[in-house]
Amino acid sequence: MHFIPQVLFSLLLLATGIVAYRKYSFIRRNILLGRDETLTGSTSERWKNMVLFALGQKKMFRNWIPAVLHLFIYVSFVIVNLEVVEIVIDGITGSHRILAAPLGGFYTFMISLIEVLSAAALLATFAFLWRRNVQKVARFTQPEMKGWPFKDANLILLFEIVLVTAILSMNAIDYQLHQRGTPHYPDTGNLLLGQYLSNLFSSIGSNTLILMERAAWWTHIAGIFFFLLYIPHSKHLHIFLAFPNSFYMRQDTPKGHMDNMPVIMNEVKTMLDPSAEVTEIANPPKAFGAKDVTDLSWKSLMDAYSCTECGRCTAACPANQTGKQLSPRKIMMDTRDRLEEVGRNIDTKGTDYDDGKSLLGDYITAEELRACTTCNACVEECPVNISPLNIILELRRYQVMEQSDAPEAWTQMFNNLENNQAPWQFNPEDRLKWAEEL
Amino acid sequence: MKIPVMSDFVAAGEMPEVLFWVGCAGSFDQRAQKVTGAFVKILQHCNISFAVLGAEEGCTGDPARRAGNEFLFQMLAANNIAVLNGYGIKDIVTTCPHCFNTLKNEYPELGGNYNVLHHSQYIQQLIDAGKLAMKEDGVFKGKRITYHDSCYLGRANDVYEAPRKVLEVLDAELVEMRRCKSRGMCCGAGGAQMFKEAEKGNKEVNIERTEEALEVQPDIIAAACPFCNTMMTDGVKNKEQEEAVKVYDIAELIAMGNALMDVK
Ligand code: SF4
Ligand code: SF4
Repeated sequence: MHFIPQVLFSLLLLATGIVAYRKYSFIRRNILLGRDETLTGSTSERWKNMVLFALGQKKMFRNWIPAVLHLFIYVSFVIVNLEVVEIVIDGITGSHRILAAPLGGFYTFMISLIEVLSAAALLATFAFLWRRNVQKVARFTQPEMKGWPFKDANLILLFEIVLVTAILSMNAIDYQLHQRGTPHYPDTGNLLLGQYLSNLFSSIGSNTLILMERAAWWTHIAGIFFFLLYIPHSKHLHIFLAFPNSFYMRQDTPKGHMDNMPVIMNEVKTMLDPSAEVTEIANPPKAFGAKDVTDLSWKSLMDAYSCTECGRCTAACPANQTGKQLSPRKIMMDTRDRLEEVGRNIDTKGTDYDDGKSLLGDYITAEELRACTTCNACVEECPVNISPLNIILELRRYQVMEQSDAPEAWTQMFNNLENNQAPWQFNPEDRLKWAEEL
Repeated sequence: MKIPVMSDFVAAGEMPEVLFWVGCAGSFDQRAQKVTGAFVKILQHCNISFAVLGAEEGCTGDPARRAGNEFLFQMLAANNIAVLNGYGIKDIVTTCPHCFNTLKNEYPELGGNYNVLHHSQYIQQLIDAGKLAMKEDGVFKGKRITYHDSCYLGRANDVYEAPRKVLEVLDAELVEMRRCKSRGMCCGAGGAQMFKEAEKGNKEVNIERTEEALEVQPDIIAAACPFCNTMMTDGVKNKEQEEAVKVYDIAELIAMGNALMDVK
């Protein structure tokens, strides 16, 4: 009967693997529903960006308090997952701390490191809970954070507490059991925190302790499996997607540059000069600009899945600060929500199904789009290099060119530009009039 | 005053050193015309051979493109590129960050390749080359100046230092606002907002930014964009501070500092 836990563990591992594969494939497929985007720039630059922004968290340090707190959780998460390697081997083979003996002092060092980082992460978690629920930092309280996003953020923090508690007690109990000479509990060396924390358990009988150790062990690993399956539904997907998103970020183009529309360029060129030579466009888009998520580039869709919902963009947005409807974070959250909906429709009702909804109109309104000053503050602030502005501009293009929907004053401006080559109603012949007054 | 236009140069079989792209605001907006004048004075003072396009210049298309009207943008751009390429223009300087951004970043894909400088960069080069020395007893000595970053110069093109370097020679006290450089706050005019009413909200963007500028108690708010200039001027008026706090373009400040223009 002693192999039952091993079988259970293996089944759990397999089931998690299968479900995770399906969930993550769903996301990958959804991202690829976007329009093509030609990548420019060099691959070496891309690796550099990934190291700098994702691994190195460069942009986070524009704001150092949350940056340091976040760093604790981030580093502890990465290191703790090294321990998971051992847990998985133990789980399958029925061994216990299989790496302790071969690694010796290094093992003690690693587990001690994990303990210290876990403790730091625990402190950071409390600080984050405080910031969200007590201090109510402004960027966490905007309307788009109501409901699930708010719960998601808190849930994951509570979850972090459970996980860290499991890790710390697992190691401490292990230490205690070894001290008592319980069989199968190998020497882990003097664990930095474990050797002291183990005193908390000194008055408990060995049999109870073994049960407690097992409970902590299972909580730890089951927690990690659960986390893996939970992430695809959460803003915490950024822990994976921040990496490719930084890798694929736009390079070599200044932020002020707006994407060209070669189809229109060609049309205008041949209109002005019928003999003009133009390069054929392979796969011309069905419509100008974007009405729905599938009209956006796959990079914008990956942006949406990478969003951490941190609200740094919204906090810096001049429109949002002055009470306008626009929130760049909401633009990203809406894009993700709509993309999930489109993905589910495809899976349940087939590719041709049209639910009559779209990103523009049903999720994002004209009023939001029109409040944007294209100031790039959102792009500048985003720690994972997302551009809400790209999406805003593509939706504006659809509105104006496909729906002829522009505020009256803009229509007037367009007329002036067409007739006078200036946004105001001036005679183009008067362009040099200023010189007379000099 | 006679300002040389490109067609004159061509008629004489010559090329100017640089083309001054005046822009729509610089051409038609009364306040911005003064900045155009100040920059011309600086060019003349430094004996730069320059020309403008005059009636042949048209909007670069920035507001049309950002409002979503790509057709109109492409039309305007194609016309401008035909004119610029027709004259074989290589170097352009402009006093408008929006023109600067479009000419520099968006025209190359459409067949228009030029070296484009914003006037803050151009003036900095003149100063560095020793062509523009400042008067000893600067008229701005002891004045507090705060520089408002234009989004299209700053975040859009990473030009943060040139305008500040230019202001440094004025021998004034430069003070930074709470949010400056890459964190600088928008004046509210970009993205074609200049040409429509603001959406519903609880405040105007330019008022918020002006309040931030007034916090540092400046004598002068320096701008480097005709639209920022309008927005900040309106903001200062709204706060009834127009007597105490002036809004100037960096070109005007340099022109005044060199007695090329009266100090107002
Ligand atoms: S670019 Fe638009 S959405 Fe982004 S911060 Fe500026 S105004 Fe807000
Ligand atoms: S877009 Fe970037 S800055 Fe904005 S909420 Fe998402 S991750 Fe944060």
